Amino acid sequence: MDWQAFALSLRLATVTTAILLAIAVPLAALLVLGRGRWLAALEALATLPMVLPPTVLGFFLLVLLGPRTAVGRGITALLGHPLAFSFNGLVVGSVIYSLPFAVQPLVAGFASVDSSLVDAARLLGAGPVRLVSSILIPLARRSLLAAIVLSFLHTIGEFGVVLMLGGDIPGSTRTLSIVLYDQVENFDYAAANRTAAILLGMSVVALALIYSKTQKHGVRRA
Amino acid sequence: MLDFSLHARRGSFHLQVECAFASDWTVVFGPSGSGKSTLLRLLAGLDRPTRGRIALDKRALTETAAGLHLPPGRRHTALVAQQPALFPHLSVAANVAYGLRSLDRATRAARVVEMLALAGATNLAGRRPQDLSGGEAQRVALARALAPAPRLLLLDEPFSALDGSASDALLERLQLWLRENRVQAVMATHDVTDALAMGAEVLLLREGRLTALGPAAQVLAAERERISARLKT
Repeated sequence: MDWQAFALSLRLATVTTAILLAIAVPLAALLVLGRGRWLAALEALATLPMVLPPTVLGFFLLVLLGPRTAVGRGITALLGHPLAFSFNGLVVGSVIYSLPFAVQPLVAGFASVDSSLVDAARLLGAGPVRLVSSILIPLARRSLLAAIVLSFLHTIGEFGVVLMLGGDIPGSTRTLSIVLYDQVENFDYAAANRTAAILLGMSVVALALIYSKTQKHGVRRA
Repeated sequence: MLDFSLHARRGSFHLQVECAFASDWTVVFGPSGSGKSTLLRLLAGLDRPTRGRIALDKRALTETAAGLHLPPGRRHTALVAQQPALFPHLSVAANVAYGLRSLDRATRAARVVEMLALAGATNLAGRRPQDLSGGEAQRVALARALAPAPRLLLLDEPFSALDGSASDALLERLQLWLRENRVQAVMATHDVTDALAMGAEVLLLREGRLTALGPAAQVLAAERERISARLKT
């Protein structure tokens, strides 16, 4: 078992999920509460990573963050090192790649809150921040949990973006998914089985957590 | 004084009303679909008119020509709708306190007690909205709307779940409180008895147009004659 890769995967997923929440909550609130045709374009843009092949996204980011673009050169000058093939680069890639998995549950959750409650809060003086923190989030907390768990798991399991953007540097960019790939390439199926079992176990536990909090038990009456 | 001139489109429905209310209590009367709720939502600032203006005590709340539209929470306006829309995750007391964030804790608590007493809901303070009856929820919604001390109170058939005597008693107490606190009220209803009982100024609305404005008895008598004449032809 590669504990270093395990710890790196957990760290990457935790940092990515925290950043995603900070972006996705206001973005989802804007998509639900905002007005204007440009919001449809914004939602499409936020959903794009879901349909883009991970390797394509990773390649685009690799080029964008590399020394041939102004963005890449600017970031290198700012940080003192390029983002590609670094942990921070993986975080950027993971945030973009997992964005739809954080935004979509929140949009669905916020949209399900009765609009008369939103009107009541606005009439009582709630601005956008209070509206989100005191009404939308408490009433859509299951969607928030789903967004957290999906973002975390999606990051733990991502492969294409990580490989393209981070390569396979132990302690820096080698995550559990990359370790699994390496083990299979080396025909070490026993180790690959253990790694796969850990990834599978994390997914099952997380999904069980979601369903235990979101399912309403009891007999449904006609 | 409430003064407005509004044009608004909602699908095929077109509201076009120009009016000034000087009375403390005005009843907007009209059949379902005449535009009462639309008018109240526009006055509350929840919806924007296609064009027009709204002024309360000569202070512009909406002025489309100048691109002005104060958000609902900054208009000193409260709206109590037929559906109480209480926040289900907060207690009754916390619901009433929601609009009082600028007050210190002690003043806020005292204000909550005062408003619940006014609405006849003192015993409900610790309850959750889902444990309330329809009438109780409407009382709490009224207390919550009045707590921030609005200048204009908009009521959209707010006591439909209360029985007649309870509704009359609450309205009587409310009218007295509004007069003492110099709050102007506009109530939408399709119930003739409600409109007459208030003894107030009545605005008659039909298909999005103002068709009459004046004392309740006079406006409603004219409306009765119009309907009788129509039935005879």
